[in-house]
Amino acid sequence: MFYKHLIHCLFIFGLVIWESATWAETTLVAVASDFTKPMNEIAVEFEKATGHVAKLSFGSSGKAFAQIQSGAPFEVYLSASDKYPLELEKSGFAVVDSHFVYAIGKLVLWSATPGYVDDQGEILKTGNFKHIALADPSHAPYGVVAEEVMKSQGVLDKLRPLFVMGENISQTFQFVSTGNAELGFVAFAQVVDIHSGKIASGSGWIIPNNLHSPFNQTAVLLKTGAENPAAIALVKFLKSPEARTIIEKYGFGLLH
Amino acid sequence: MLSPADIDTLLLTFKVASIATILMLLFGTPLAWWLARTHSAWKGVINAIVAMPLVLPPTVLGFYLLVLLGPAGVIGRFTQWLGVGTLPFTFAGLVVASVLYSMPFVVQPLQASFTAIGEQPLEAAATLRASPLDTFFSVVMPLAKPGFLTASILGFAHTVGEFGVVLMVGGNIPDKTRVVSVQIYNHVEALEYTEAHWLAGGLLLFSFTVLLVLYTGLKTSPVAHQLK
Repeated sequence: MFYKHLIHCLFIFGLVIWESATWAETTLVAVASDFTKPMNEIAVEFEKATGHVAKLSFGSSGKAFAQIQSGAPFEVYLSASDKYPLELEKSGFAVVDSHFVYAIGKLVLWSATPGYVDDQGEILKTGNFKHIALADPSHAPYGVVAEEVMKSQGVLDKLRPLFVMGENISQTFQFVSTGNAELGFVAFAQVVDIHSGKIASGSGWIIPNNLHSPFNQTAVLLKTGAENPAAIALVKFLKSPEARTIIEKYGFGLLH
Repeated sequence: MLSPADIDTLLLTFKVASIATILMLLFGTPLAWWLARTHSAWKGVINAIVAMPLVLPPTVLGFYLLVLLGPAGVIGRFTQWLGVGTLPFTFAGLVVASVLYSMPFVVQPLQASFTAIGEQPLEAAATLRASPLDTFFSVVMPLAKPGFLTASILGFAHTVGEFGVVLMVGGNIPDKTRVVSVQIYNHVEALEYTEAHWLAGGLLLFSFTVLLVLYTGLKTSPVAHQLK
């Protein structure tokens, strides 16, 4: 009697293993470093909803782009701009027409010191600071829009000698949060308090979208993931209401 | 070919490396001498601290330096009190970071060659009534010459090749803190592969030449032997 029971259990257990082996796939994802916090949460929800696992690799968009072109095994690529995904579709590394805007980046002029940055960014014209941090505009999308904002305020040439440049937006944030740079252009997602939707500490100017070119963070399905159900499911999940709620919570905009 | 900006980064790199090497020899020589001669219980601790940069990821060291040297950090407050401001994003800060980072490459060969000299030449000098300082300059330094050469070459070359620390502490400022390794990285990130190749190829050639000189030119020295 006992053995019959045991065999029964083992059979069910085996079925469960077989089931999960068939359905739960893993996909490797390259993610722009500004999207670290929301993506970690999205990956947890994605696993709960679909059973698939998304393994995340964070870094600068340009680095991931170069790695993908050299045969890196990423299957989905979440870039901080639209330039790289479109380029990958053209060069045949990504599935044609699979790109979509998953979030709209928001830029903030931020200081770790409370009351230092006013909410209109007047400090750019009047401030007496020694360093202003931004991501390197030669390759980082956040740096490009930061330069556009300074240009729109007519202070770009005046401020250029004060630039300190982070390799990516995470490093730029470190320069400012440690106080080594008095202020800097960072991602709103890095300083937002997710419960109130306001800046959590220090002081900042949330920069209006019309001061820079559209900041469309674009994702793309790579050829390596075209046949992987997990990769396809993740692309679909990124457009779902659950994911969109998380993306907005962390201070990103949405296209529609 | 190399652009004027590339050449600027090269010149800056050699300037940082030269100054850092001189400072490392100045501070590293007494330290290595003490480490080679002492029986103190602190020897192990100091040896471990000197060797730390060999083990720590440069980004970790860079981040701690950023915190320590920053306006809220212990060293940062001291430099502000001295009236020189804070060190990150300055040429001086780059030199300080390089000295800390490359120190083991100077101290360890020196320490090895000081140890290899042994007691006898020092005792012989003492019987001839040479002062300790005189002994050091007329006996120890000539005997440890290969050690000094190895230390200078390795210290210099390692400073030229450093990346993670200078990226964190330097802030990538043209003409001030943008060294050649950061410039190569920038070229790669901006997809300017041709420019990156020129600089990277040059650096490759430089490293190979330095190591070739070290391993063939100093064949007979005990230190070069140890490095193999």
